[in-house]
Amino acid sequence: MPNSQMTPGVAPGRLPTETYSNNFADLHAPLDAHEAAVAADRCYFCYDAPCQTACPTEIDIPMFIRQISTGMVESAAATIFAQNILGGMCARVCPTETLCEEVCVREVAEGKPVEIGRLQRFATDKLMASGVHPFTRAAATGKKVAVVGAGPAGLACAHRLAMQGHDVVVMDGRAKAGGLNEYGIAAYKSVDDFAHREVDWLLQIGGITIEYGKRLGDGMSLVDLSAGYDAVFLAIGMGGVNALSADGDDLGGVVDAVDFISDLRQAGDMSKLAVGRNVVVIGGGMTAVDAAVQSKLLGADTVTMVYRRGKARMAASVYEQELATSKGVRIIYNAQPVAMHGEGAVNEAEFEYTSEADGALKGTGETVRIAADQVFLAIGQTLEGAPDGVAVERGKIMVDDAGRTSMKGVWAGGDCASGGDDLTVTAVAEGRDAAIDIHATLMA
Amino acid sequence: MADLTSNFIGIKSPNPFWLASAPPTDKEYNVRRAFEAGWGGVVWKTLGEEGPPVVNVNGPRYGAIFGADRRLLGLNNIELITDRPLRQNLEEIARVKKDYPDRAIIVSLMVPCEEEAWKTILPVVEATGADGIELNFGCPHGMAERGMGSAVGQVPEYIEMVTRWCKQYCSLPVIVKLTPNITDIRKPAEAAMRGGADAVSLINTINSITSVDLDAMSPEPMIDGKGTHGGYCGPAVKPIALNMVAEIARNAETAKLPISGIGGVTTWRDAAEFIALGCGNVQVCTAVMTYGFKIVEEMIAGLSQWMDEKGYTSVDQFVGMAVPNVTDWQYLNLNFITKAVINQDDCIKCGRCYAACEDTSHQAIEMSADRVFSVKDDECVACNLCVNVCPVDGCITMKELPAGEIDLRTGTAVTDEYGNWTAHPNNPSQSTCAPGAD
Repeated sequence: MPNSQMTPGVAPGRLPTETYSNNFADLHAPLDAHEAAVAADRCYFCYDAPCQTACPTEIDIPMFIRQISTGMVESAAATIFAQNILGGMCARVCPTETLCEEVCVREVAEGKPVEIGRLQRFATDKLMASGVHPFTRAAATGKKVAVVGAGPAGLACAHRLAMQGHDVVVMDGRAKAGGLNEYGIAAYKSVDDFAHREVDWLLQIGGITIEYGKRLGDGMSLVDLSAGYDAVFLAIGMGGVNALSADGDDLGGVVDAVDFISDLRQAGDMSKLAVGRNVVVIGGGMTAVDAAVQSKLLGADTVTMVYRRGKARMAASVYEQELATSKGVRIIYNAQPVAMHGEGAVNEAEFEYTSEADGALKGTGETVRIAADQVFLAIGQTLEGAPDGVAVERGKIMVDDAGRTSMKGVWAGGDCASGGDDLTVTAVAEGRDAAIDIHATLMA
Repeated sequence: MADLTSNFIGIKSPNPFWLASAPPTDKEYNVRRAFEAGWGGVVWKTLGEEGPPVVNVNGPRYGAIFGADRRLLGLNNIELITDRPLRQNLEEIARVKKDYPDRAIIVSLMVPCEEEAWKTILPVVEATGADGIELNFGCPHGMAERGMGSAVGQVPEYIEMVTRWCKQYCSLPVIVKLTPNITDIRKPAEAAMRGGADAVSLINTINSITSVDLDAMSPEPMIDGKGTHGGYCGPAVKPIALNMVAEIARNAETAKLPISGIGGVTTWRDAAEFIALGCGNVQVCTAVMTYGFKIVEEMIAGLSQWMDEKGYTSVDQFVGMAVPNVTDWQYLNLNFITKAVINQDDCIKCGRCYAACEDTSHQAIEMSADRVFSVKDDECVACNLCVNVCPVDGCITMKELPAGEIDLRTGTAVTDEYGNWTAHPNNPSQSTCAPGAD
C-alpha cells in the first residue's frame, strides 16, 4: 500500500509520482517571444524611472525593455548583467512586487505593473542559453583578492573584480557554489539546476578560482588571508539559526526550515523526501513561506504557518502570503510558540495567541494546539563564525557604504554585513559595489 | 435615435459607411457578406477593360507599420485592379444590386486615357444597375506605370477630359477619386469639377516604402529580393487625408463639390471628423482589412449615439460644420494664451512630460524629488507636447488665461482682443486693418 497524504507521521511518496514534477515546475513559466513583445510594449520608458530607483542593483529597466521591444534581446541582457551579474536568478527570486513592479507607474495607474521580472528572465535566459558571456577582462593588474563565500555577494564581487583584471580566489565551505541560490530558495523558483548553470556561466569571465570545503576558522584565518591577498571580501552569509527555546524543542521532527529547504534543493527525486502528514512552520519570512509551500507540494495533508505578529508585520510579502494560501497553506497570525508535545517525536505544537500594542507583543493567555508531525523553525538566521578582527554590531559585520569593515583591507557584503534587506539582489549590489571600492583602493 | 440615412449625390444608402474600392469589395461573396454585416454601400474593386485581366504578384502584396502591441497603424499595398474577368464582375454586380436594392453599389473604373475605351466600358457598367461610378485616378503603383491610376490623377487636364467623357457616355453619377501624390490637391479637384464630376473622393493611397529588409537589403513588401513603392493607407494617413479634404472644402471654387472621405477611417469618430470637414460620407478599407466587416456595428452605434448627444437628427446637419474654422496660420489669434495644467490626481508620475519638455522643448516642467511634475507658467509656451506624450488621456490639459491675467512668461496682461500675424508689429508687411479669420 503506497503512502498517501493521510499516512500518519513523516513519510515519503505521499503523492502519485507524476505529481511531483508538476508541483515543482517553474512557478512562473518563462515568457515566449510573443508574450515578451506584448509585455515590453506596456513600458512607458519613464524618465528617471521609479523601477530603476527601486532596484537595489539599479538596472536600467526602461532601457532593457526598450531593447527587447526593438528585437535586441541580447543587448537587453547585457544591460541587465552590466548592473547585476546574477540578473538571471534575480529575475526568478526577486520580490518584484515590493521592488521594481511595486513602483511601476502602470501599477499606480492600473494595478497591473509591467512584468519586469519576467521580461528580465526572458532576456537573461536568451543570452545565457546562447552560451555567450558579454564581458571581458581588463588587462591583468597582478593583484589577488580572496572572497570568502560563493553566494550571491561573493560571486558578484568576484566577477566584478575579475572584470577589472584582478585574480580572484573564492572559498566556500560547501561542495557547490551559489550559496542560498543553490541551497536556499524554493525549488520551483530555480528549476533545471539554474543556480549551478548560472555559476558556470558567470565563471566564463575567467580569473576566478573556487576552492570548495574551505571555511574561516577551519584551518583558514582572516589574518592569513589578509597576509596572502591584496584584499579580502567576506560574504559568509548567516550560517546559524535562532533556537526556539520552548518546551519540547528537542523532540524528533522539530527541525530548522533552512535544512529542510537545502535537502529539498539537493534532492534528485522529490518522491523520496519524507514530509509530515501535518506540518507546522513557525515564522513569517520568505524561508517560512518556502518551507510551508514546499511541504504542501511534497504531499503534506495540512500545513500551517504560524507567525507571532500580525499580517502587516510579516516579512514575507502579501504576494508570497497569497502564494502560500493559494497552495493550501493556512496562515495563523498573532500566535507564539509555547511548547512542542509528543513522545520522542512531536505530534502537537502549542501556541499562545498574542496582541500587539505600541510595538510590544503580549500573550493573551489563550492557547491552541495544532497537530504536527513535523515542525519547521524559520525564526531567523544568525551570523556564525564571524572572524576575529572585524567589528560586529547587532549580529552583523559592520560595514560602511563602500562595504569596508573595521579591518583594513577587508570588505564584507551580503547577509553577513550590516545594512540591506537580506535579499539576493541586495547581496549582488553589495558585492559589486565592494568590488568597485576594492579596485579603486588597490589601484590608487 | 439619429437617422443615419445617407443621400450622397442622389445615391441613397442606409448609413454613410461605404467600403472603398479595394480587396474587400473584389467579388460577390465579400460584398454580400459586407451588406449582411451592415455596410451602407460599396465601391466595387476597380474594373479594367475587356480582355485578359491584369495579373498580380505572387509574393507579398502588403507591408505594414505597427504601434504598441502590434496594432496596425499603416498598410501599404502593391495589388493592382481586379484580376478577374470583366464579364464575371459585371454579372456579380448586377446580381448583388438586385438582391440589395437599398444599398449603394458604385463601380470603380480604370481604363486607358482613350475616349473609345471609356465609351466601351461605361454602358456595360451602367447596365448592371449600379448606382454610380468612381474613376480610379489614384492608384500609385503598377497601373500608374501604364499611364493609368495616379498617372492620370497627377495631370488635371486628363482628369477633366476623362470626367467629361464619363458624363457624356453615362447617366450615372460620377465620383472622381483623387491621388494625394501631388503638390496641391485643389488643382485636380477643380479639374474634376470642370469636367462635370458629381463628387470627388479622397484620398487614394500614398507612395510609400514601409520598411527595409536589412538582411536582403530590399524594400518591403519584397518580391524575390526586390521591392517597389506601394500605396499607403490606414490610421497613419488620416491626418493627411483630413487636410486634403479640408483644402477642397474651403476652396471657394470647389466649396460646393461633394466629397466622399477616405483615409484611415477606423472608428465612428474618424467618420464624424471627415464629415465635419465637408464629406458627405466616408469610405473604409484598412480598418476592415484589419478587423473584418463587423466594425461597422461600432461605427453605426457610435455615430448614432454621438449625434443623439449633440442633437443632430441627420448626418447632413453637421456636414462641413468644421470647415469655417479651418483657416490660415496668419489668421490665428496670437492673443489667445494658454498654459499646460497637470492634474496631480490623474498623474501616474512617468515623467514623460518632463523628459519631452526638458530635453526638447521649453524647459517648462519642474520635477520635485518625490516625482511631482508641475508646469512653470513663466516658461510654458503652451506647445502641447506634454499633452501629446502623456500616457493618461486628459491628465494634462491646456487652460486658457482669462483677459486681464498676466502671462508670466511675457509679463504682459492677456487681452481679449483678437490679434493675428497680419497686424503684428513684427510682421514686415503688416496691414493696418487686420482682417478677421477669413
